[in-house]
Amino acid sequence: MAVIDLANPTRFLKLVERLLPWLALATAVTLAIGLQQALSAPDDYQQGATVKIMFIHVPNAWLSMFVWGVMSLSALGTLVWRHPLADVSAQAAAPLGAAFTFLALVTGSLWGRPMWGTYWEWDARMTSVLVLFVMYLGLIALWRSVEDPSRAARAAAVLTLVGAINLPIIKFSVDWWNTLHQPASVLRAGGPALDNAFLIPLLIMGVAFSLLFVTLHLAAMRNEILRRRVRSLRMMQAAQGAA
Amino acid sequence: MFGPYASFIVGSYAVVAGVIGALIVWIAWDHRRQNATLRELEASGVTRRSARGKTAAP
Repeated sequence: MAVIDLANPTRFLKLVERLLPWLALATAVTLAIGLQQALSAPDDYQQGATVKIMFIHVPNAWLSMFVWGVMSLSALGTLVWRHPLADVSAQAAAPLGAAFTFLALVTGSLWGRPMWGTYWEWDARMTSVLVLFVMYLGLIALWRSVEDPSRAARAAAVLTLVGAINLPIIKFSVDWWNTLHQPASVLRAGGPALDNAFLIPLLIMGVAFSLLFVTLHLAAMRNEILRRRVRSLRMMQAAQGAA
Repeated sequence: MFGPYASFIVGSYAVVAGVIGALIVWIAWDHRRQNATLRELEASGVTRRSARGKTAAP
């Protein structure tokens, strides 16, 4: 099947039906291995057992930005190439991105209390991630409030691309400003600063959460395509009733 | 098991499990709901053009 064939929603749905069980299985297996590794990792010499929160906080934080990146590509697909599935992809990804961002904020807060002595600090990293969460909610509200789907798609695509400015701000906030949040430990110049005892479980959890996102995203895209079919059938039904 | 900060660690994992679980349930429920609505509409005689094309073909 050529990539261009996936522009056809019916073919896309068939592909999703075939892929979803395997993706779900791969997610469950990787997550089980990651959790086993994370929970059996040693305590950190400074942070003690609270380092275990890192194995769920960091993947959620990565995904909070990655999902907005996926939505930005989808926004280009909507505005530039007018791909029929681009807006479907963005709309399906937004609630997932909001959930991952929410989890990054909550787990970070629960990690911060015992380590920093506070649940929240208005520093650059935490504030920029909170802004990202609010932007996700704003986008979801936009899609729900504009009745014409094509107008909503274009407005959401523009807002998504404008919001992408926040991604480098989040990433480099710990370098540009003096923050309570620690600097990058994995994706940094000079390689990861973590010992393998922490790095390996973290990377496995990162892969597991990425697989989880792909699985949920494809499932949510399938639902969005069905929702649009329902909407067009209802409009046809209303038109037949009026004729 | 996790020392003096067990409540923070267990709480973090519980929140993640709860939210991810809720997402999975919501997506599965939404799929069933959309499929059921589509079947209802098609049973009432409203069909997509592509579906009509298939049934009308000789």
